[in-house]
Amino acid sequence: MAITTQNPTPPTAAKHAGANVTRPGDKIFSGLSRGSGILLLVVMASIAIFLTIRAINAISKDHGNFLTTFEWNANANPPVFGIAVLAYGTIVSSIIAMAIAVPIAVGIALFISHYAPRRLASPLSYIVDLLAAVPSIIYGLWGALFLVPHLTGLNMWLDEYLGWTVVFEKEDPQGAARSIFTVGILLAIMILPIITNVSREVFRQVPRMHEEAALALGATRWETIRMSVLPFARSGIISASMLGLGRALGETMAVATVLSAAPILSVHVLDPVGGTFSQNIVAKFGEANEFGRDALIASGLVLFVITLLVNGAARAIIAKRKEYSGANA
Amino acid sequence: MAKRIDVSGLSAYYGGFRAIDDISMNIEPRTVTAFIGPSGCGKSTFLRTLNRMHEVTPGGRVEGKVLLDDENLYGPGVDPVSVRRTVGMVFQRPNPFPTMSVYDNVAAGLKLNGVKKKSDLDTIVEKSLRGANLWNEVKDRLNKPGSGLSGGQQQRLCIARAIAVEPQVLLMDEPCSALDPISTLAIEDLIGELKERFTIVIVTHNMQQAARVSDRTAFFNLSAVGQPGKLIEIDDTERIFSNPSVQATEDYISGRFG
Repeated sequence: MAITTQNPTPPTAAKHAGANVTRPGDKIFSGLSRGSGILLLVVMASIAIFLTIRAINAISKDHGNFLTTFEWNANANPPVFGIAVLAYGTIVSSIIAMAIAVPIAVGIALFISHYAPRRLASPLSYIVDLLAAVPSIIYGLWGALFLVPHLTGLNMWLDEYLGWTVVFEKEDPQGAARSIFTVGILLAIMILPIITNVSREVFRQVPRMHEEAALALGATRWETIRMSVLPFARSGIISASMLGLGRALGETMAVATVLSAAPILSVHVLDPVGGTFSQNIVAKFGEANEFGRDALIASGLVLFVITLLVNGAARAIIAKRKEYSGANA
Repeated sequence: MAKRIDVSGLSAYYGGFRAIDDISMNIEPRTVTAFIGPSGCGKSTFLRTLNRMHEVTPGGRVEGKVLLDDENLYGPGVDPVSVRRTVGMVFQRPNPFPTMSVYDNVAAGLKLNGVKKKSDLDTIVEKSLRGANLWNEVKDRLNKPGSGLSGGQQQRLCIARAIAVEPQVLLMDEPCSALDPISTLAIEDLIGELKERFTIVIVTHNMQQAARVSDRTAFFNLSAVGQPGKLIEIDDTERIFSNPSVQATEDYISGRFG
């Protein structure tokens, strides 16, 4: 009886009408999800617009060349500032970080996925995850108070034996190691977890049958990794590295705590000079006037663009990988 | 180059689980031996003990002896890597290296064995692809990815890869189960040719296939799920399919169970 009162229309009519029925649950959910999507676009657009307007304002009044000037005197009259040192320091410290972190991270990931016994692999993954959970200011303090004094020996050694490469030449070999190179080492530690974790997942996804193909041909464990695991994972390693690079480029506190900044563009990575975008923003923001802040925002915009390009490249590589891994799963 | 296989008292385990129990058999050189039996009876596991691939599975271990001519594959000091260079294997699903070209797939095993000279590689790659009846189909696309071939071609590419290193024995684990009938026929014809050079062991679910390609047939069975698989009997294929000596074989072949 109750059922018939709830369903007054004949079943066939209800079925046809169903195509046009809007259910409140659907409506609310689609509204919510659409709203979230639009909100995200609005936030992104307003950040971009904000940065661009303030940046244009600053750059148009810059009395130096924004791209090639070394020093950053936005508060001066007339204001003279440029990103040359910052861009150089950001990129060089990130390259050093990548050069150190990528091989080590791939090694750890391979060890966890292919060499370590299970009871060792899981705690090791956990420790690597913990590295990612340490706040960057802690890395900065550790870098400044522990790493810097302990790197003096390494700096002297590099200067003595690799000084001829010019890159490792140091003006004052015994001076504090508050250099771009030290920043690179610190960044390497900080980006190690993300590269390790992503690579490890990629290594685990290598189909068993590809590894067995190599093993059945009489490949040793290393040859198996070289023949089937690494080629399959190559694009994954690249995108993992890009993610790490993205973090290294934007890292602020750790760099600001360690680096002894000076507006000098030096190829000697051990000299305590240079700067990075985010380090410069933190260092100058407090004392900056209204215009000085616009100038800092302009430098932030450059960093934003660089990071965007790096992430875009990483995504492009991931997309390409999808296509090819479908060819033979 | 083809060698004889003598298995005695062989059991294989996955951790604590005994998958196959106390198997003994002899396989003559230059013959095709087919393994048949219901799923889970351990025929693939047994096949994988013949080139020490069983132990790459975590927890996999083996007891007993496998003699290749007179050398015990499980003897002390025997390197499983060198065993696998002597006993080649073709898998159920074609598995060419996806990032390698047709040429590099065939040359992969040769490079592991230290063949470096381009002219030597060229010769052996062509010979192996001809041996796998694939040369005419791929000779114009040797530098294209191996994963771009059809399933049947990929499987023949895997056979070419396996025979390129001139193994003594060729193991095939259901090599046609992922292929259409035409490709299956091509592989079966190929098996007939390959047995003149190699000792071949093939696992198959297809009894007509066993009857068509093999000289000897081994029937495996298990008494219940969770029990280890056993070798019920091995005999000339003709005899197994006409007048087997064990009732269970007769039942399985005539479709009365399994």
